[in-house]
Amino acid sequence: MKDRVLRVQDLAVHYKVREGGLLKPRVQELKAVDGVSFDLGAGETLGIVGESGCGKSTLARALLALLKPSRGRVLWLGEDLAKLSDEDLRKKRQDLQIVFQDPLAALDPRMTVRDIIAEPLWTFFPKIARVQVDERVRGVMKMVGLLPNQVNRYPHEFSGGQCQRIGIARALVLNPKLVICDEPVSALDVSIQAQIINLLKSLQKKLNLSLVFIAHDLSVVRHISDRVMVMYLGRAMEISSRNNLYKKPLHPYTSALIKAVPVPDPRIARAVTDTGLTGDMPSPLNPPAGCVFHSRCPYSVKRCQLEVPALRRLENEDWVACHRAEELDLTIKPR
Amino acid sequence: MTKSADKPVIDPFEAALEVHDIKGRSPWEDAWHRLLKNRAAVYSAFIMAFMLVLVVFGPMLISWESDFTDWDYTSSPPSIESGHWFGTDAVGRDIMVRTLEGGRISLLVGLVATIVSLVIGVSYGATAGYFGGATDRIMMRVVDIIYALPFMFFVILLMVVFGRNILLIFVAIGAVNWLDMARIVRGQTLSLKNTEFIEAARACGVGDWAIIRRHIIPNLLGVVIVYVTLTIPQVILIESFLSFLGLGIQEPMSSWGALVSDGAQDMESAPWTLVVPSIFLTVTLYCFNYIGDGLRDALDPKDRL
Repeated sequence: MKDRVLRVQDLAVHYKVREGGLLKPRVQELKAVDGVSFDLGAGETLGIVGESGCGKSTLARALLALLKPSRGRVLWLGEDLAKLSDEDLRKKRQDLQIVFQDPLAALDPRMTVRDIIAEPLWTFFPKIARVQVDERVRGVMKMVGLLPNQVNRYPHEFSGGQCQRIGIARALVLNPKLVICDEPVSALDVSIQAQIINLLKSLQKKLNLSLVFIAHDLSVVRHISDRVMVMYLGRAMEISSRNNLYKKPLHPYTSALIKAVPVPDPRIARAVTDTGLTGDMPSPLNPPAGCVFHSRCPYSVKRCQLEVPALRRLENEDWVACHRAEELDLTIKPR
Repeated sequence: MTKSADKPVIDPFEAALEVHDIKGRSPWEDAWHRLLKNRAAVYSAFIMAFMLVLVVFGPMLISWESDFTDWDYTSSPPSIESGHWFGTDAVGRDIMVRTLEGGRISLLVGLVATIVSLVIGVSYGATAGYFGGATDRIMMRVVDIIYALPFMFFVILLMVVFGRNILLIFVAIGAVNWLDMARIVRGQTLSLKNTEFIEAARACGVGDWAIIRRHIIPNLLGVVIVYVTLTIPQVILIESFLSFLGLGIQEPMSSWGALVSDGAQDMESAPWTLVVPSIFLTVTLYCFNYIGDGLRDALDPKDRL
């Protein structure tokens, strides 16, 4: 891979969950993210998809060292973020930014757009001149398609799409190298979704950003990603290049997800109702032994119940965590 | 085709860039406009302002001294001829000037004790709520312990140990009132600290104290202001209660509570000694409550039915 910026090795985030009992609470471990590894190159986009509660947002926060990993490492330009001192980590945050899911909730309602976008500037350059800040803020606003004369307005005076643009402007004001987008479009109208995604794409090209783009919508991810990681119950099931993933998924779960994408044509939709999946996602507090997906997998065999499949690399650049990846042919038939 | 090609192309986005800055309307301004529409709150605010002016400047305009004993008119009913418009008490002191001067003390106690509880409560509650975990548990247990002390017992103890003076009343009331404030602020902070804009600030490398100062406190100020306007009357009432029991203000100084207490003893022979300070006290309490209600509706429109 050309100039790798981010390397994630066997990352795990476990939460302690207390249940029942006033004096003797039963402490259980919730494995929100368990053993995820991937690399990310400069200027590359990694899409992350998965059902609700599969650990996508936890992963995003762990990548930014907002959460402490229980195991494994996040290497940013070769440095382990968890090992840095608070002050060094704070400096690194210049390069690492995040865009949130709920555009309005991510903006302090009592601050003007100028103050919101300028906050990272003030934080890293406390002595910067007011004029310079104003100039930079207006520049970034123009870049994300906001009118710079709106600097004095408050978040509640903007639409959802505009708020998301403010969020993106705040993420870009320090010229970061990596932006993590935690479902940045799932709270927006479909027409606005397209605008925001195209904006992110063009900004990425212009600024050579690396993006981690989290979504639960496969078609959105397809549009923006170079590679896609599929998560299930905190584990990576498959990491494939975009073209391979949508044409010939390697993991049965990926293929089920692709089949579940709604089709706007009712005649076709009627023909492909079966995703091959049965049952609901098991509780992450009590995941199945062996392969976490075996309880719902139509191709499950005895081995899947006993042995955890490692995330392994196939001949091409794709990675999969399935014992039967070679035997199965999950090619998606064109509709 | 050719015609349109002649015209200079104007990109609407570029054109809009030339427009001067638009002024935004902050949530505070919105709340202010909503407050102005609340009649009860606006009238109450005017009455309170009038009351303040009366209490501060009134005694200077009245020719009687508050401790002057007019032997010609002891327990005299309100009358214009005698010059004692609101009458006198059993030892011939003018009720009007005593009520206004007592108002100074009552309002001062209300204000100072509230500020004390505001400062301690907000910083304590925000710290406990933001840092959470063991810090939170220890800090809130301390609050619980102080809360469990019987208030009257605490005040009497203070009086016995340090003797009676006004400062002690401020301290005693403030020391008890910040507990509620700390609990309210902590609860608000807990819900605020998990919001995405706090997380965004953390992701930008903003320090903990800056987050508390810049994001948490401004966002819980709305609730705090409402609580403050409801605390002031509560404190005035507590002071009145202490004075009524004889634990509060000392003669010759007076407060509304002390005056009501005095008046209650002469209730049958000179009812005006009870009625006049009582009216001032109740009007003040009502006004603060209406202002508080109005502020709550204005600052948190979601709560309104």
